Amino acid sequence: MIASRDAAEPARLGDRDEPVLFRVRGLCFARNDRQVFGPLDFHVDTGEALLVQGGNGAGKTTLLRVLAGLLRADGGEIRLRGATPDVESRARAVAYLGHLPAQKADLSVSENLAFLAGLHGVRSGLDAASALGVVGLAGYEAVLARQLSAGQRKRLSLARLWMSPAPLWLLDEPYANLDLEGIALVNRMVDAQLRGGGAALVTTHGAYAAPPVRTRLLVLGADA
Amino acid sequence: MWTAARALAIRDLQLLLRRRGDALQPALFALLVVVLFALALGNEPATLSRVAAGTLWVAVLLAGLLTLDGLFRGDAEDGSLEQWMLAPVPLAWLVLVRVATHWAVTALPLLCVTPLLAELLGLPRAQLPVLMAGLALGTPLLGLLGAVVAALTIGIRRAGVLLALLALPLYIPVLVFGAGGVAAAAQGGDPWGGLLLLAAGLVAALVLAPLTAAAALRIALT
Repeated sequence: MIASRDAAEPARLGDRDEPVLFRVRGLCFARNDRQVFGPLDFHVDTGEALLVQGGNGAGKTTLLRVLAGLLRADGGEIRLRGATPDVESRARAVAYLGHLPAQKADLSVSENLAFLAGLHGVRSGLDAASALGVVGLAGYEAVLARQLSAGQRKRLSLARLWMSPAPLWLLDEPYANLDLEGIALVNRMVDAQLRGGGAALVTTHGAYAAPPVRTRLLVLGADA
Repeated sequence: MWTAARALAIRDLQLLLRRRGDALQPALFALLVVVLFALALGNEPATLSRVAAGTLWVAVLLAGLLTLDGLFRGDAEDGSLEQWMLAPVPLAWLVLVRVATHWAVTALPLLCVTPLLAELLGLPRAQLPVLMAGLALGTPLLGLLGAVVAALTIGIRRAGVLLALLALPLYIPVLVFGAGGVAAAAQGGDPWGGLLLLAAGLVAALVLAPLTAAAALRIALT
């Protein structure tokens, strides 16, 4: 199932002359005059995963929210394929998986997925049924989100991510609430995303195995 | 853009279907306000029919105020609003769609029962078209103004009373022109002045309110 998406979009690997997918220079963010992180310099190119490690309060979530465009950075620049992105082009390039599930408890699994897919757009050749199959929620289409376990809700979020056409995934603690099989699922998904010409930033507090792909490490210290 | 709008509208309608009782609440609330007024003012039909239009406007306005806090709060709490902001469509557009569906599921049922409530209060039949036209123009305007206030107070956990304190002053012009139009008609005057001003306000709010509310939501969530 996962390999089929690679076959659907072979052109996404792109040629090497293109500027780096995502580059950050001197990015910093302060809250109430207290530096949360930065200045940071890093880049993520297609086919790469950047693992953002750091303890609780190190600023991992804040960094991802800044990169997604939910927070405004206090300094530095973010470049997307060599250009400074406007709100809309950044939204097209980025899929963000945060702590909040963005699911309505009163809606069924497929209704929730249909809404989020309608909002963000769908990668060509994918549909909700196959995405739910990938994350192991096949057969749960009509179940209300309120009846799902925390892990199953996470899997529903992963299905939304899987359908997103954005090349850059920003995953904030994607392993939280997942069982061993779920952790392996996230790793397989990241792997497929990278091989399909995408990239991923994954935050983790370091307790889980990294995805078995081209990974670089960005360590945020609590005192950085 | 239309895909996102349709997805959002369909979601809101599905949510309404799951909680059908919620749809009736504003209409029932307006009915109770009308009954309270009728009881307080005594059983003098002439008095009641004289204040009927004003009472109905206040009842509709208060019923709308009641549902205002739910406009964005649920979406802010479960993270949906984050996803709205990350969608490749303007946030103001999603706000407009949300306000429109909210109007359709809360104010529209209210408009449907208004003739009934008007009959209860003994509103002269001749004034009913003016009242309905005023409410049809006024309720979306109230919704749009309310959306700005709801967006501004989204960062406050329990915004109930504050929301009312901020929204009611903004509602006053709508009430004045809406109820004033009916009063003018009752005295044999021309109701068009009030209605046209409501229409002008609605056009301005359709453009400006979603932009303002979107900016307020962005500020609240950062």
